[in-house]
Amino acid sequence: MITQRLFTGGSSSRILVVAVILAAVAVLVPVLHLAVPPSSPFHVPNYMVTLVGKYLTYALLALALDLVWGYCGILSLGHGAFFALGGYAMGMYLMRQIGDRGVYGNPILPDFMVFLNWNELPWFWYGFDQFWFAAIMIVLAPGALAFVFGWFAFRSRVTGVYLSIITQALTYALLLAFFRNDMGFGGNNGLTDFKDILGFNVQAPETRAGLFAASALALALALLITSAITRSKYGMLMIAVRDAESRTRFIGWRPENVKVFAFTVSAVMAGIAGALYVPQVGIINPGEFAPANSIEVVVWTAVGGRGTLVGPIIGALLVNGGKSWFTGVLPEYWLFALGGLFVAVTLFLPKGIVGTYDAWRAARRDAAERARTKAEEDAAPPPVDPVTGRPARNEDTAKAPSSDLAGGPAPQPAE
Amino acid sequence: MTVLRVLLVLIGLVLSGVSGAFADDDAIRATIGRFAESKNFRDTEEVVRALGASGDVRVERALSALSDGNLSFRKADKAVFIALEKGQTATLFDPLTGDAAGEEPKGGFTKIKVNNSLRRTIRDVISGLTLASPDPVVRLAAARTMFIAPDAGNLEALDAAIAKETVASVKTALETARASTILVSDAADAAKLEAVAFLGKRGDRDTLSLLTGFAARAQGEVQAAAQRAIDDINATLALWDVGQNVWYGISLGSVLLLAAIGLAITFGVMGVINMAHGEMVMIGAYTTFVVQSVIRTSYPWLFDWSLTIALPLAFLVAGAVGLALERGIIRFLYGRPLETLLATWGVSLILQQAVRTIFGPTNQEVGNPSWMSGGFQIGQLALTWNRLWIVVFALAVFGLLLYVFKRTAWGLQMRAVTANRRMASSMGIRTPWIDAFTFALGSGIAGIAGVALSQIDNVSPNLGQGYIIDSFMVVVFGGVGNLWGTLVGAFSLGIVNKFLEPYAGAVLGKILVLVLIILFIQKRPRGLFALKGRSVEA
Repeated sequence: MITQRLFTGGSSSRILVVAVILAAVAVLVPVLHLAVPPSSPFHVPNYMVTLVGKYLTYALLALALDLVWGYCGILSLGHGAFFALGGYAMGMYLMRQIGDRGVYGNPILPDFMVFLNWNELPWFWYGFDQFWFAAIMIVLAPGALAFVFGWFAFRSRVTGVYLSIITQALTYALLLAFFRNDMGFGGNNGLTDFKDILGFNVQAPETRAGLFAASALALALALLITSAITRSKYGMLMIAVRDAESRTRFIGWRPENVKVFAFTVSAVMAGIAGALYVPQVGIINPGEFAPANSIEVVVWTAVGGRGTLVGPIIGALLVNGGKSWFTGVLPEYWLFALGGLFVAVTLFLPKGIVGTYDAWRAARRDAAERARTKAEEDAAPPPVDPVTGRPARNEDTAKAPSSDLAGGPAPQPAE
Repeated sequence: MTVLRVLLVLIGLVLSGVSGAFADDDAIRATIGRFAESKNFRDTEEVVRALGASGDVRVERALSALSDGNLSFRKADKAVFIALEKGQTATLFDPLTGDAAGEEPKGGFTKIKVNNSLRRTIRDVISGLTLASPDPVVRLAAARTMFIAPDAGNLEALDAAIAKETVASVKTALETARASTILVSDAADAAKLEAVAFLGKRGDRDTLSLLTGFAARAQGEVQAAAQRAIDDINATLALWDVGQNVWYGISLGSVLLLAAIGLAITFGVMGVINMAHGEMVMIGAYTTFVVQSVIRTSYPWLFDWSLTIALPLAFLVAGAVGLALERGIIRFLYGRPLETLLATWGVSLILQQAVRTIFGPTNQEVGNPSWMSGGFQIGQLALTWNRLWIVVFALAVFGLLLYVFKRTAWGLQMRAVTANRRMASSMGIRTPWIDAFTFALGSGIAGIAGVALSQIDNVSPNLGQGYIIDSFMVVVFGGVGNLWGTLVGAFSLGIVNKFLEPYAGAVLGKILVLVLIILFIQKRPRGLFALKGRSVEA
């Protein structure tokens, strides 16, 4: 009952608002960046566009994780792997676009292959000179991996901590594999030194603005899609699997199918996030597979509030903004802060910022309801308008007071 | 002069005959002193032979120095010294005892000249001397040198030594040396065949290289025989290689066991995945570092005991951190394993950064005590002492934990809580205390694992990160809540890893193991030795 109200009450309008804000940002920031002269106070500088653009792809990754963790109860500690796979697919396209402008001037082979004395392109690099093919691979590579992995894991009923650990093993294995030069993905250095994307210079302000807009729009779109999924019957089924997997199975559903579906969709979203990330930062290397990165994604989601869709976006933006600020001011202490955040969120803020805000509002509404019924019983006054759920605005949720946080652990959904 | 010299040589011979192996010091000093008077290489050679005739092993020092060009005499009094020149000064050593004899300007000294033919003579004399040494260890070393670098001129000396030898192992070594010497000599084919057959039975790597070199030179029947012997040796070596891989696997397995066993306890009993487990290992390693630093500066004579002192301290320090972690954070998160995982990950970041802030990000040096350095050979197996001790130590820790689990009241209570927490609680077991002390025990074990791992790994703030995923794999593979599962899991993963390495390379081998584990979990989601019972399904 509580969960139902938490996840459905007033959330659709909130999601619409966030999606509209994102769409507005997608238009506004590029305009402010390109059209407004640098002297103006409204000018958005170059680095800011790239930085926020990067955060938006992180937010998309956190949103993808929320779909599986928040709604399906699968804590994946390997979502960075899908992100990196999408990134590599995009990186391969960008590498092929360099053409003969590389250091060695080879029109076909990327520089690192020339350096390794390879004579021809490995078979898995074919087709990446076409954007449409790369776009398919961005979706297909993470999706196929997630489908196969999920198919095996969920059918064998690997759940809970075990699943978390083998997802971690998955990304660790990929990390080791991509570090090898023989794999044909640039080894330790990864793919970098990109020149063009779709014929535009990746360094040009216009391209950066375009990538920013694409990230913001992709995030908005993903938010609408995930919201549609979670509010559909299938979404209800996902929540059922999360809260009582055995019971769902006994009623006659197939939880493994639900999980595979959620996992695959989520991996595809993560892959798209990675593909948008790579041209903005200009490099993809095996470090993106590091298990620590994937665990960091979990904390973004946890800070914002899992199972809220909007929460992970806020969490990713807040934590990464904090990271950028912190590493600039007190680089020594960032790990203390991040570690403390992990502990504090799990202990004091198990529902995250948005979840706690919702709980607080629900409690206030209940109190108002009770007061109203009590007043009716006492004096039978004329009916007043009930307090209805206003659409929550993004700024409000971000400023949710931390003094009102639930102290004790609330009942948690079973895994 | 010449007459006098011959006389002295004769006296030397007589003396050596009279006093046996240990000639009288003064006579030898007198002979060495004659180096200062030699006018040409022939004179020097005579002195060398005279020294050899003394039969005293101690002359080897002076002869080696001569061969290296370090033997000089003082112009003033013609006293002979081993003089190591550095810049304008010469550090002097007594040619007989090797005792330091001060420093003087090198201008006051004249080097005794040597040429290559003289060096050869010196080598022969030395090996002849050491073959005659009364100490079997010296004889064995001499035989070994002659085996690896055979010289046809040594054949007679070897024959004589074999005839006299009484110690069986030395005799075998001498015969081996003789066989390898025959191969380089111009002996008849029959003798060479015999030598090849003899060496073929040895089957080690040195023999292999020796025979390979010989087969390249030899012709006809001898070469065929050598080739057969080489094939035999290769077959034997392949078997030994399997043994060596098993040993490497056991060694890796013991490391995994040490790293994982604490995790197995906390995960098994409490269902808590402690991501900060690797940092407990790191804390143990840093405790060793601190203990050694204190010992180095204040009590250097205790250095060999440093690990023994560090063990209980590491257990206490890591155990205390674990207890604080359990009481401070984890107990609020029971029943929420995924949240516990995240919180302990946060703790691991904090601990890493704390250690980095205190000790700096670089590797710290932790020394091996004397009883843990070096190694030895069994057949063709090369074993190092530190690896061997770690295997023994891992098994000892395992045995101790097994005892605690199966034979003590505390262990009984832990098992009860593992099997059914609520029932155990109903029976009057204080589950919160069991949890706290179990967690402290698991962390403490990780701490002492850190002491052992500090001996073979870099002690840096990232030490624990390198082990955490492997430890998880071991626990998940072996099955939760079962110490035997962890043991089997650790050793089988270690051995599989080491067997894959030669074929697939280290990194690919590791990837294959990870993939195998992922597949294995599909087959047996609860590990190799799964706990049975209703509580497990919760």
